[in-house]
Amino acid sequence: MSKPSASDAANWSEADIERAERYAALDAESPVLSHGQYRSQSRRSFLTGGAMAVAGFAGWQWLRGRPEDNRAIDVLRRGHEFNESLWRKISREQAQAPTFDRSESSMMRVNGRHGIGEEIDLDAWELTVLGPDGSTLGTHTMDDILALPKVEMTIEHKCVEGWSHIVTWGGTRFSDFMALYADELGEDTTEFVSMETPDGDYFVGLDMPSMRNSQMLLAYELQGEPLTQEHGAPLRLATPNKYGIKTIKRIGTIEFTNEQPTDFWFERGYDWYAQL
Amino acid sequence: MHWINFPLLTIMIWSGLRIYWADLRDPFGFGVGLVGWHWFDFLPDFINGPLGLERKLARGMAFHFTFGWLFTLNGIAYGIYTWRSGEWRHLLPDRYSVKDAVAVTKHDMFIRNKPLPPQGRYNGAQRLSYTLIIVLGAIATLTGLAIYRPTQLNILTTIFGGYESARTIHFIVTIAFLVFFVIHILQVIRAGWPNFASMVTGYELQKPKADTGTDTETETDTANDDAPGNAGDEVPSNV
Repeated sequence: MSKPSASDAANWSEADIERAERYAALDAESPVLSHGQYRSQSRRSFLTGGAMAVAGFAGWQWLRGRPEDNRAIDVLRRGHEFNESLWRKISREQAQAPTFDRSESSMMRVNGRHGIGEEIDLDAWELTVLGPDGSTLGTHTMDDILALPKVEMTIEHKCVEGWSHIVTWGGTRFSDFMALYADELGEDTTEFVSMETPDGDYFVGLDMPSMRNSQMLLAYELQGEPLTQEHGAPLRLATPNKYGIKTIKRIGTIEFTNEQPTDFWFERGYDWYAQL
Repeated sequence: MHWINFPLLTIMIWSGLRIYWADLRDPFGFGVGLVGWHWFDFLPDFINGPLGLERKLARGMAFHFTFGWLFTLNGIAYGIYTWRSGEWRHLLPDRYSVKDAVAVTKHDMFIRNKPLPPQGRYNGAQRLSYTLIIVLGAIATLTGLAIYRPTQLNILTTIFGGYESARTIHFIVTIAFLVFFVIHILQVIRAGWPNFASMVTGYELQKPKADTGTDTETETDTANDDAPGNAGDEVPSNV
């Protein structure tokens, strides 16, 4: 940060001198303080600055000491809720994530084993559907799901941890599945959907607008092959529009509800909405 | 705004590193993606431990997505202030700035071979870097939004070349912030206390010029009562 000295100025061309005068004219527009004013301004600024630094540090300590709401500092939980309410207002229900050519996709890592620790007998698997009053609306075998229109999509699966992976899912749209219960749920359906693994160890809560998106699949194939157990066989959720934490593996129960369901990772400090 | 930005950006980088570091299996992905081979542990464990960067993903996200708004609002407020007050005329590069910046940089790196060019409140290198840092702030915000809502804001994400590309740009900008910070601090130290004081007070103390004639104030810190063209400036540093 060196400023030109008198010896620099002595070597300036005429154009340089003209330019220096222009800069000086601009500078001259700025307010000028007397020595006394400067002294008090300076004192005031440093005192204010010091007070703000102390206040900032105190605020930081206060924030860090706040009680937690579902493992998130309550103020920041409100921050998540503010973001959710904002995005719920401006989100486009059918916004589509980019799709890719199937050849760009490859097998994805296995990232979570909550709720699928033990292998199950796939033939004995059954999907239970619950209504808003807690009653059982129906049960399904895989044959029921396979009878629904099949969709394949190659999308970028994104994890909260930061990685992403282009994969090809095969399955049926959740909206097509939900249509089986059009009579029971009515046109307005419910505000939320809750899903959990058969052992109840992993569970997700989802908002209905996101579930209506045509890229929300009940998936049974990954890379053209039936899901392996560690990828969530026989049926899991797949979407490019929520973080991977919401794409529950091995769905045992689907509940339609009007009360915001809890969620495994929400209880561990993450954003409930987890929208992309 | 400058001084509000400092803690905010610090929080953003700190919480961002918590997010960045969450993917432990591929912690060098950035280095690999950028240069083609694994060239350093980013960051090494002995730095991550004390900073609390390990395995704090949920907290990192919570801080990042709340404080991101404050960072954005502060940036917008700075933009509006700089524009409305006319301060931008001191800050935006003019057609001499690139040439000036080269001369100033050479001078600062002790390979000077020419007289320093004329400057206003800020020299060419400062005009370029102080403008660039605002542009980088905007890019950080936009790429941040692009990876925060890649489906809802898919147009924005596409502009930045997709999710992974936007993410890489977001990291490069972060590193640019850190580089700027180091140089900025070194330059401030080098410029000395009066300059730092001007960053706090918003007024620059001017030495009396020999040719101001009748002005008999000669103490080095008492010059602000001489001719207007020679006196204190307001700089948009502490608003």
